[in-house]
Amino acid sequence: MIEVQGVSHQIGKTPILSDITLRLPKGKLTALIGPNGAGKSTLLSLTGRLMALQAGQIRVDGSDIGTTDTRALAKQMAILSQSNPLGSRLRVRELVSFGRWPHHQGRPGPRDAELVKQALEDMDLTALADRFLDALSGGQRQRSFIAMTLAQGADWLLLDEPLAALDMAHARGVMARLAGLRDAGRSIVVVLHDINHAAVWADHIVAMKSGRIAAEGPPAQVCTAEVLGAIYDMDLQVMQVEGKPLVLHHL
Amino acid sequence: MDRRFTLLSLALTAACAAYLFWGLGASWQFVLSLRTGKLAGMLLVGAAVAVATVLFQTVSRNRILTPQIMGFDALYILMQTALVASLGLSGFAGLAAPVKFTVEVVIMIAASLVLFGTLLGRAGQDVARLILTGVILGVLFRSAAGFLARLLDPNAFAVVQYASFASFARVNTDLLPIAALLTCGAIGLALWVAPRLDVLALGRPIAISLGLAHDRLMLLALALVAVLVSVATALVGPIAFFGLIVAGLAHEAAGTHRHARLLPMAMLIAGILLVGGQTLFERALGLQSTLSVVIEFVGGLFFLWLLLRGRIR
Amino acid sequence: MRPALALTLALLPLSAASLLIGAADMDLATLGTDPQAALILTVSRLPRTLAVILTGAALAIAGVVMQQLVRNRFVEPGTTGTAESAALGLLAVTLIAPAAPIWIKMVAASLAAMAGTALFLRLIRRLPAREVLLVPLVGIVLSTILGAMVTFIGWQTDLLQMISIWLFTGEFSGVIAGRYELLWIAAAAAALAWFAADRFAILGLGQETATGLGLNPDAVMRLGLVVVAVVTALVIVTVGMIPFIGLVVPNIVARSMGDNLRATLPVTAAGGAALVLVCDITGRLVRYPYEVPVGTVLGVVGSLLFLWLLYREPARG
Repeated sequence: MIEVQGVSHQIGKTPILSDITLRLPKGKLTALIGPNGAGKSTLLSLTGRLMALQAGQIRVDGSDIGTTDTRALAKQMAILSQSNPLGSRLRVRELVSFGRWPHHQGRPGPRDAELVKQALEDMDLTALADRFLDALSGGQRQRSFIAMTLAQGADWLLLDEPLAALDMAHARGVMARLAGLRDAGRSIVVVLHDINHAAVWADHIVAMKSGRIAAEGPPAQVCTAEVLGAIYDMDLQVMQVEGKPLVLHHL
Repeated sequence: MDRRFTLLSLALTAACAAYLFWGLGASWQFVLSLRTGKLAGMLLVGAAVAVATVLFQTVSRNRILTPQIMGFDALYILMQTALVASLGLSGFAGLAAPVKFTVEVVIMIAASLVLFGTLLGRAGQDVARLILTGVILGVLFRSAAGFLARLLDPNAFAVVQYASFASFARVNTDLLPIAALLTCGAIGLALWVAPRLDVLALGRPIAISLGLAHDRLMLLALALVAVLVSVATALVGPIAFFGLIVAGLAHEAAGTHRHARLLPMAMLIAGILLVGGQTLFERALGLQSTLSVVIEFVGGLFFLWLLLRGRIR
Repeated sequence: MRPALALTLALLPLSAASLLIGAADMDLATLGTDPQAALILTVSRLPRTLAVILTGAALAIAGVVMQQLVRNRFVEPGTTGTAESAALGLLAVTLIAPAAPIWIKMVAASLAAMAGTALFLRLIRRLPAREVLLVPLVGIVLSTILGAMVTFIGWQTDLLQMISIWLFTGEFSGVIAGRYELLWIAAAAAALAWFAADRFAILGLGQETATGLGLNPDAVMRLGLVVVAVVTALVIVTVGMIPFIGLVVPNIVARSMGDNLRATLPVTAAGGAALVLVCDITGRLVRYPYEVPVGTVLGVVGSLLFLWLLYREPARG
């Protein structure tokens, strides 16, 4: 479980997060949703210790991220940011191999090689393994980065808008794989822009607005016209399709 | 890969041999000892600039920057002048050269960490603004150093401040021992953390996610850059674009991003260019002290080409 | 007209101060009676003060014209290779025809400066329009490259001393009557810019807009090149390159007054004169009776101002 307690964050004088207290369930796929500026990415970055905590506490499976050694944390959680411009020209295999770094610190062993191979297979990248990243499509690149986080072998995967710049087919493919990973025992927290992906794939949704938690719970509870309408400040309808909510935000 | 390494090593050995033994006249013992000192100086400077540039480019994640373009060497000159100004000409200048140099290096490390650590942290996206800032800082530091120098001793410092080109012919040999010590120490440290630098190159979020102590490593790298630039500047003076050429060639020659390979390659290439170039200029062409100007020229063209190609990413 | 008036009025006490400060003792009270004092005034102090004012004004205006030609705020003749090209021209004439009269040397320097600036304009045409700060960067690199060429030639021909005076440390300490009069021509060239102020302003809006308004953009561009080249060549030969004036003064004026050149050019000129006066006086006072070259003082002040401009403004065109 990830426990967030009393976390606040501001940039200059602007408050981004106000007193967030939250419990993210283990072994489930949790989606963070909300309008722009709600603080979702900030919360994810703080949880992944990419930014320093200003106020409050965050614990990942009992480890306080403020005091625990960063290398130990890397074995517990893997974070993927929204954009990842690389300085060096890498092949897919090389990138994914870096995922094993927390474990081998520069001296890879046979187990590492095997896990890298597994990660490449899980993300359908075996055929592309020796291609350069800049020669791949957006979807293939994204899968490569996800494969890297997979190879890291951490219990928790934190992903910030992994579907941005992906076309519909690849977006659905990525969500299906994340669900598969959840079934295999990993815990996933993903910031999503498209509410419908959250409605269909997530076990648990945390909705944020203006730096606070506006609603929390399973999709059936959060994805209703009243709740979402209040969060996004718009009139919308919600239908049920195959037992899952379908949010008609575009009508 | 290792073949290239061997080839380059051979080329460097040949260049050194040429420098030492070509055109030895009558009093060869004296000339040889003189040349050995200068050769040592050139190899040190080459290695220092090579490693400093590669490290800096990794930390700033940009292949168009070098410490000199960002004003590191001008900062060193300013620190030097400021130390003399504040501690008094007789007091400070009276210290033994190695001691003086060590103090300068320590202060240089502190100043660089503050200045360039903040700059690299803030600038992030706008690389053009970062480079421009570095260039302006270079002018600022050089002018400030000139200003202080004039305040100290208006008569003695009638020097050309802005474009003091380095001279590889007149290496400052009494600093060689301490310079060698610092350079070898810094390069050794760089090679030791080379695998971690590979992870650093992936970008801050990924590096942190993989459990690297990113900010600490970045500061360490900047400190190493500060030491190496101080050594190079103290030995021969400011060289703006040499590192750019060396780093560019090293990336091409090494064919890999791994620092364990890249750093030694860069050092070899730097040595070949400097020693070979100086031999060529001194012996074959008879043009003393102009190698650095030619390097500025060629390096400047290379930099311009990079800018116009939009490789500024 | 208010800022122009204020600046011009400020020039009066500054000029007075400039007239009074110097290594030699000169008491204004004794002007009438002491021939020595009058001599110092007319041969040294007055020419120097005039030189400072003319240089400041001319360089500031050359900076404005350059910025309109390039359509970028962060350029000036000292950072685009213009000064170095002028130096190349001067070198060429000095080597080929050392006995040539001064006006031939000036023409050669100006033509070379025009060529160098034209090269810069061609280079930046290949840059993407959004990258505002790449333009000054390319200019600086070009001036470094040209500077290396100049230094190389100077080293080989033993003219390095002269080159360092032209390019690297501008100062007014060598100005006496008979050595600065060329600056009046520079001022005249700058005044030419004022007459064509509207044309330059329109050119700054872009080639298409200018043509649409019935202007001939190429002709205005050539006029601009002439102004910039002449001012630069004359300044570097007389006192050496004074950095940053052409860059920071027009920017500061534009921040408060905008880009209506007909109104802002006089203010820019007065502002340039004032800034150089202040720096020159400072240079003369900090280590009295020795002098710190104004180029050094401006190297510090100007770069700080440039950094301020770089970080205060949201890097707009």
